[in-house]
Formats: sequence, C-alpha cells, structure tokens
Amino acid sequence: MATEATGGGLEFHPMDQFVVSPLFGAGEVHWYTPTNVTLWLALTALASIALLVLGTRGRAIVPNRAQSMAEMAYGLVHKMIEDIAGKDGLQYFPYILTLFMFVVFANLLGLIPMAFTVTSHIAVTGILALAVFFGVTIIGFVKNGAHFLDLFWVRSAPLAVRPILAVIEVISYFVRPLSLSIRLAGNMIAGHAVIKVFAGFAAIAAVAPVAIIAVVGMYAFEVLVAFVQAYVFTILTCVYLKDALHPSH
Amino acid sequence: MFSLLQEAATTAVETTEGVAVVVDETHAAGAHVPTPGVELVGHAEEAAGLPQLDIATFGNQIFWLVVTLVVLYLVLSRVALPRIAAVLSDRQGAVTGDLMAAEEFKHKAREAEAAYDKALADARHEAQAIVNQNRAEIQAQLDAAIAKADAEIAARTAESETRIREIRASAETDARQVARDVTAELVAAFGGKADDAAVGAAVDGRMKGALQ
Repeated sequence: MATEATGGGLEFHPMDQFVVSPLFGAGEVHWYTPTNVTLWLALTALASIALLVLGTRGRAIVPNRAQSMAEMAYGLVHKMIEDIAGKDGLQYFPYILTLFMFVVFANLLGLIPMAFTVTSHIAVTGILALAVFFGVTIIGFVKNGAHFLDLFWVRSAPLAVRPILAVIEVISYFVRPLSLSIRLAGNMIAGHAVIKVFAGFAAIAAVAPVAIIAVVGMYAFEVLVAFVQAYVFTILTCVYLKDALHPSH
Repeated sequence: MFSLLQEAATTAVETTEGVAVVVDETHAAGAHVPTPGVELVGHAEEAAGLPQLDIATFGNQIFWLVVTLVVLYLVLSRVALPRIAAVLSDRQGAVTGDLMAAEEFKHKAREAEAAYDKALADARHEAQAIVNQNRAEIQAQLDAAIAKADAEIAARTAESETRIREIRASAETDARQVARDVTAELVAAFGGKADDAAVGAAVDGRMKGALQ
C-alpha cells in the first residue's frame, strides 16, 4: 500500500488550482468567455451583497448576527478612512468599502476546497492596484493641482538632499501598484500552493497524519491571512488616499 | 508592470514551446483534443509555469473583474450603504433619545421625590398641629372635669360632714337618754328613788371621754 502510494499517489500539482478554464466545454479563453474566474467573481459579489444587503434587510435597531457583521464591516472601513485619510476621505467611502468587501470575500471564498481564488491572479490584483493608483493620483491632482507634487518635494529635509529624496519618493510612488498587487496575489498563491503540497503528501500513509495536521494548521493560518491581506490592502489604499488629499509632509 | 509580466511570460512560452510540443504529444490527455497552435501553447504554459502569467487569460479576467466591481459598487453604494447608514443613525438617534428620555425621567423622579418629601413634611407638620390641638382640648376638658369633680367632691364632703355631725350629735343625745333611762330603771329596780339631776350628772360624768 505504502509503496504503491509513493509510486502512484505522489503527484504534486500545486499550481493547477490557478488555471483559468472555461466553465462550459473546452476551448480558447476569449475575453468574454464565462470562466471559473467569472464564476468566483460572481460568487464574491453575491457574498458581499448577501452580507451587506440581505444581512441588513431587517433594519433592526437591535441587530441580528448578519446585520452585526455587516455593520462591523461598514464601521471598520468607515473608521479606517476617518482615522487615516480624515473626514474629507469619507466621500470615497463607497469605493473603498467595495474594494474591501471584494478582496475579503474573494480571499475567504478561495479557501473553500475546490474553489478558485480570484485574488491569487496578478491580473485581478493588478487591476485593483492600478485602480487605486490612478484613482488617488487623479484625486491628488484634482484636489491639489500642482501642489500634489509637494508629495515628492520633502520640505522638511535640507535643500541639498531634496532632489535625491524626490527621486526616491517618485520611485516609491510608482512602485505602489506593483507592491500592492504582488503582496495580495503572492500571499494567496503561496498559501494555497503550500496547502496543496501538504495535501499531496497526505497520499503517503506514513506522513499522512502530519500532512493532514499541517493542512489544517495552514488552513487556519490562511483564514487569518485572508483577513489580514484584505485589511492591509484597504489600509494602504487609505494611506494613499491621505497622500492624495493632504500631499504636504 | 504589465509589460514586464508579458515579457516574462513570452520568454517562458518561447523557451518551453519546443519541449512542450514533445511533452504534450507523449501524453496527450484524453480531455485535451490536441488541436495545433493555441491549445498546444496553452497546455505548455499550464505545465511550465504559473497560470498567473498566462497573458492569454488576462483579458478575460480583467473584463469580468471590471463587470463584477461595477456591479458590486452600484449595489453597495445604492442599496447597502444608505441602508446601513440609516440603521446606524436610527440607532444613534434611538440611543440619544432614550438617554434624553432617561434624563427626563430622572428629573421627574427627582421632582416627584421632592414633592413627596414636601408632602410628607407637611403631613407631619399638620399631624403635629392636630395632635397638639387635640392634646390642648383634651387637657382643657380634663381640667374642667377635674375641677367639676373636685367641686362636687368638696360639696359632698361638706354635706357628709354635716350629716355625720348631726348623726353624731343625735347619737350622743340618744345614748345619753338611753343611759339615763337605764340608770333610772336600775335605781328603781334596786328600790331607790331616782333623782333625775343626779342620774344626769352621773351619766354625763361617765360619758365624758367615751364619746369624743
């Protein structure tokens, strides 16, 4: 049994879970083809809507569990924006809440066995990050005009080092979407791949208990990571928004 | 960022393409009908590297992502957020209202307590007054009754004394008469002749000290 398992069972395909495939039949993936990405994006949106719309259906003064969770999500993001970006950041609250709900539910739904994790794809997180990047850049220029460039001109530093700091600031500014997207996708890819690898080891009877315990442990850790990454993504968005609204150091 | 990824992916495709054709043909999976061209390259990428770097699926993902985000944004901003905001402000209002009502009730309770205390003090005062008045009245009646009783007692005592004096006087007279008569009879019985004056003097002498 054991030798057979080592011979036939040890096949690692940790990356197969990320393959984009059409939902109906096989064939080429066109831009409009309904794929597993489409399915899980839709489920993410539906889960968010279920919590925030269906959960608050009662409009109760004393909330039930679903309404409490919806209000907690609302309060978390609302407070985050207010604390970091200030009162004038609250006009962008719907956008940031959409981002947060999307990322947190995409991460969590991706943890369902056999699920597809949309936030593990650099194309998805890249678009999210670019949306944030272009959004805050446009807001920065619209709100502050040319003063937005003060963000790169550190007036508190001595004049001699300001040009050097400006170069560093500009680079760090343009690295933002990259770090934002790679952080989220990287976390998702790594966690899911590690779970898959441990699950692959479960085919060997001798190490199966260890592998299964490791899968359980990793799963718990990934639930934490799913929340933390959504939180980090949102909080960084708020920080960028703060830079856009109040560019002076 | 995308140009970078694209470059990486295309180089990956180029380097694996030659190998991939061989690999793919050696174990052509049943599900995959080995159509030449695109399908082969796609399979090679699945085998070779991260599916995340498969540029061919980017358009699809981005399209559906944008659709999802727009739908989610519209639903959240039109339905969910106003509703939650309304619920939260309702709750805030209810809490504030309840607190104010509680404050008002507290105020009322304090007023009621003050009124109660005042009423209690008044009642106590009034009771005290009534008690005092009654006590005075009763004292007066009592005094009057005592005075009347005293007067009656005095009258009765005086009357009784007069009667006692009369009775004593009559008793003395009667006793003297009886003693005289008895003495006269005794003298007569012994054969003597009773001298009224001597008998009277003897009786008076004997009776001095017995009465009084």
